[in-house]
Amino acid sequence: MIVVDHLTKKYGELEAVRGLSFTVDKGKIWGLLGPNGSGKTTTMRILTGYLAATEGRVSVGGFDVFEQPNQVKMIIGYLPENVPLYPEMTVSSYLRFVAEIKQIPRSKRREAVARTLEAAGLETVRNRLLRNISRGFKQRVGIAQALIHDPQVLILDEPTIGLDPAQIVEIRQLIKSLGRERTIMLSTHILQEVSQTCDGVAIINEGRLIVSSSLAKLASSFADREGIVLKVRRGGREAAALIRKVSSVDKVEQEGTELRVEWAKSCDPREEILSIISQKELGLLEMRPTTPSMEDIYLKAISGGTVQ
Amino acid sequence: MKNLWSIAKRELQSYFVSPIATIVGAIFLLFSGLFFYLGVLQFEYYSNYSQQMMSYGYGQMPNVNQVVFTFYFFWLQLILILIIPLLTMKLFAEEKRTGTEELLLTSPLSVGQIVGGKFLASLLFFLVLLLLSGLSVLFSFLYGNPELLPILSGYLGLLLVGAAFISLGLLFSALTENQIISAVLTFGTLLILQFLYYVFLFTSGFLKNIFGSLSFTSHFVNLIQGNLDTADLVYFLSFTFFALFLTHSAIQSRRWR
Repeated sequence: MIVVDHLTKKYGELEAVRGLSFTVDKGKIWGLLGPNGSGKTTTMRILTGYLAATEGRVSVGGFDVFEQPNQVKMIIGYLPENVPLYPEMTVSSYLRFVAEIKQIPRSKRREAVARTLEAAGLETVRNRLLRNISRGFKQRVGIAQALIHDPQVLILDEPTIGLDPAQIVEIRQLIKSLGRERTIMLSTHILQEVSQTCDGVAIINEGRLIVSSSLAKLASSFADREGIVLKVRRGGREAAALIRKVSSVDKVEQEGTELRVEWAKSCDPREEILSIISQKELGLLEMRPTTPSMEDIYLKAISGGTVQ
Repeated sequence: MKNLWSIAKRELQSYFVSPIATIVGAIFLLFSGLFFYLGVLQFEYYSNYSQQMMSYGYGQMPNVNQVVFTFYFFWLQLILILIIPLLTMKLFAEEKRTGTEELLLTSPLSVGQIVGGKFLASLLFFLVLLLLSGLSVLFSFLYGNPELLPILSGYLGLLLVGAAFISLGLLFSALTENQIISAVLTFGTLLILQFLYYVFLFTSGFLKNIFGSLSFTSHFVNLIQGNLDTADLVYFLSFTFFALFLTHSAIQSRRWR
């Protein structure tokens, strides 16, 4: 449904997005996860046709965003980072205006507004001015305006930012229920949001893709793996080289005197590793088990590391 | 066309709930009443003078159109320099500041429809003000017999000048996200264009021709004197379309930052 192919966006000298590629299948909720300033908003603005890309192609629902922008805009609902509200309008008059510019025919507008007010839980504030409603309601109005033309694709930029915990839960439930018949892409810098609402995730940092995969696939790739963190007094590099030679170990990362070792669950190399360290008298200071998880990948992505 | 009207309608609604537009309207109507009153006072003075002269066998009665209306229209045009920037300053600047621009530009609308809709909204609001100011003109038909056509030509002139000013204001509003900057730039540019008229008055020959063609006031003066000339119409319409075209380009180019 959403195909991003080698997308690059430069603001003058600054490269906000660098060669980003991923796809989101129809009917999936995909999280775009990354720290602040990693290019999430830029990516979403290009997807919705607000910004033009420097290089690369983007297509939504089979339409090319650059060549058929209006077809794409017809099938996309977009919640920008700053909810686009006209403070002097009431909730329902604002939604009527959005219905007009989203090309809903006159005869269906009233029904579309009513349906959206209900779906977003806005009936109690329908006649209040947008400047006077609370942050949580503003966010809901933002989601409502994205929904009003019943789009096949929803692009939500940080949908839960600035909300209190109860509201966050509500909005997540709303998104999940919307995702049953739509393709949704939401951006966030909070990991839990992805694991609670999404089917898949694209992790990006500094405009580059770290990984894009379904959560199930990610979990299964971790499920049969184990690992340890080792700390030695001296010879970190030597230890890493020796441990790499152990046949059952398939990943070693070394940073100073700290080593991370991973292997497949069935074959436990811990004894071998210990005997290597004691033979070479490297001085074992610490050894603790870790289970590799999405959090690892994300934290590593944020700290600037790469994932093989 | 439908999309253009959707934009214009929302913009008009926001004019009618905005304190700025209300104040601008009040100021315009206040000055329009004042200038009309001054025009009538002036006419009274000239009439008394002419009557004295005529009793000695000289001169003739003053012309209502020349004394009242030329004066009235000329001064109203000066007030437009002050109020039009206040009407146009928010049109794009505010959308950019609050981020609603993102809603418009990610909806299936063309940039032309957005620019056109905003232009139309300001023009209609201004037209309402012009119609309201026309009340005093009705009175002059009750108590005198001015010629209708020069008055209509004067109003057409005001409308054309208003349209040109609005398109310029729209352009500056599209270039900044600060309403004040947008208003000040529009105001400053209009003042400079106004000065061209005085340069036109005090130069001669070739230069006079150039400044005369460039200054909107010299074209406007033709219209309020009842000389409807295609050259003046073409001047105002091309000024307006050119400014709207630049506005369109300014909005479009923001996608390519």
